[in-house]
Amino acid sequence: MNIFSHKRYSMGQKDPNFGAPLDTTHRTILYVEGVTVSFDGFRALNNLNLYIDEGELRCIIGPNGAGKTTMMDVITGKTKPDEGSVYFGQQINLLELSEHQIARGGIGRKFQKPTIFEALSVYENLELATAADKRVWWTLSQQLNSAQKYRIDEVLIQIGLAEHRYKNAGSLSHGQKQWLEIGMLLMQNPRVLLVDEPVAGMTGEETEKTAELLLSLAGEHSVIVVEHDMKFVRSIARKVTVLHQGSVLTEGTMDQVQNDPKVIEVYLGE
Amino acid sequence: MLTQRLLLSDRGGMIVLGLVLVTMILVPICNLLVPETSALHISTFTVTLLGKFLCYALLALSIDLIWGYCGILSLGHGAFFALGGYAMGMYLMRQIGPRGQYGDPILPDFMVFLNWKELPWYWQGFDMFWFALLMIIVVPGILAFIFGWLAFRSRVTGVYFSIITQALTYALLLAFFRNEMGFGGNNGLTDFKDILGFPIAASGTRISLFLASGFMLIIAYIACRYIVTSRMGKVIVSIRDAETRTRFCGYKVESYKLWLFVFSAILAGIAGALYVPQVGIINPGEFSPLNSIELVVWVATGGRGTLFGAIVGAFTVNYGKTVFTSYSPETWLFALGALFVIVTLVLPKGLVGLFNRTKKVASKNSSSNTPPENPVPTTDAPIKFAVNKSTENSISAENPVIAAAVKEPV
Repeated sequence: MNIFSHKRYSMGQKDPNFGAPLDTTHRTILYVEGVTVSFDGFRALNNLNLYIDEGELRCIIGPNGAGKTTMMDVITGKTKPDEGSVYFGQQINLLELSEHQIARGGIGRKFQKPTIFEALSVYENLELATAADKRVWWTLSQQLNSAQKYRIDEVLIQIGLAEHRYKNAGSLSHGQKQWLEIGMLLMQNPRVLLVDEPVAGMTGEETEKTAELLLSLAGEHSVIVVEHDMKFVRSIARKVTVLHQGSVLTEGTMDQVQNDPKVIEVYLGE
Repeated sequence: MLTQRLLLSDRGGMIVLGLVLVTMILVPICNLLVPETSALHISTFTVTLLGKFLCYALLALSIDLIWGYCGILSLGHGAFFALGGYAMGMYLMRQIGPRGQYGDPILPDFMVFLNWKELPWYWQGFDMFWFALLMIIVVPGILAFIFGWLAFRSRVTGVYFSIITQALTYALLLAFFRNEMGFGGNNGLTDFKDILGFPIAASGTRISLFLASGFMLIIAYIACRYIVTSRMGKVIVSIRDAETRTRFCGYKVESYKLWLFVFSAILAGIAGALYVPQVGIINPGEFSPLNSIELVVWVATGGRGTLFGAIVGAFTVNYGKTVFTSYSPETWLFALGALFVIVTLVLPKGLVGLFNRTKKVASKNSSSNTPPENPVPTTDAPIKFAVNKSTENSISAENPVIAAAVKEPV
């Protein structure tokens, strides 16, 4: 890939007014409509339509190459689609914004591979993720205020890392790193959480804990979980979307989806 | 509180700064007050040499800040150093006045030689010291801003960034070699007479320059400590370790890199400006790509990501260079190459890594339960020489420094 052809991102663009309450009059918080993304002729997403309701927990499944990660890339601003539109609430067009602006605006993303700041402590990881002014000059002198400290303590308990707060994040177990990353998303006070394969490589006990954590987050946040582990999906899912070849194959409850002949064909046909 | 954060919690830094301060006290005494016959006398030559080392240390510090903490490996920092040096050199040239060989009251000798009739516009104002000081900061700063803005905005990272910084310094080298540029061509600027009215070769002036370099190093060190211990410092370390994550935390990574790069370039420029009056010459050789690579070797040798390690590295390697080149000049480049290989293989954390090993064990025992006071982002996590560990679209070679160094005839 030629790095010089990488899309340019504006550096002077103003943040949209995320402080204003998000307009979700139709209960839908995220609109992905007719999105198409091609990489060298290969259509990773093909006229994808997806609507996420406020406070919903949505699981997205699909065979490899179905476009799950690309979909997240589009929503979080990492990849700009060739066609289609992505709206956050009624007003905010996410395609006009860059990654950091989308993150500031309230869409948090957890990566497939746990990505945390290994050289810093657990506490510092959360401190950095704290919703605050994140401009360069501001961070030079900023200290945590008591409300923010309180919030960090809350999140530490929520993700079960309270006793590891001063531990180096790099020395956490794989499962703990995943939780820390979810905790970092929570510190940003997100409206939407995109969680990519949260239980990959976790033990049974860790998986259960993660399921509990994600269930507790739904309602207050909209949570989109991409996962391969069907048992896990069954344990948390209310509504499941199946992606196939870059577009939605079917949507429904886990039972509906599992009995859908199209889904069976896609999965067994592999 | 602030002293605790900036200095007391940084034992290695305290020791190194302490040594610098002691040198700054003893050297003037031994040079000016101790009679020349005494064994304790330090010659003006040695004073100048030490002053030079202090400038190198400042330069190394500026590289450590961006490389050690933010993972931006600049292989063109010599360019900013040289630009600062040229700005100072232009002031010193204007101070010569009618005492030049051709006796022209305004034009420096090389311009008379080239048959120029009047001073080019960019030489205007350099007869004023304050203006020269301003330019020492502004010129490297603006170049770094423009260059960094273009590079970081296009998300050029890792080895690619290193290579274009090499190209930058090489381009400047070629440009400054040209007589038409009006910077003295390959002879550069030299034959300085005085600075602020004081004769430049006098012991007193040399001591003052030495002290100025020392103070500047200490101030810069404290400023760098302020940055790396602030939240900004943590953001910077995060960019080094997981750039994508930092971006998805809502930080505008490009801006952080850009401002840090500009600050670092300004420090390098100041180092160059202090260096030139002490060595008495500035020529395009300072822009040579090999020079810039050598700087990185100093930092790697001392130990990157610690700030004081850079100072230790600059002193050790340059002292070694001085000793080596006086006994057997041909072997120096081999020694430098060997040094870098050894450091990479055996001492990934550099010389100060040896020292830190004992310190880390001690602090681990005490910090397991109590919160560290303003925890500093340490680089105890194994430092790889990979420039950029971010997961997205960066192609980082395992060892870009070596890869780049091998290109050069080391």
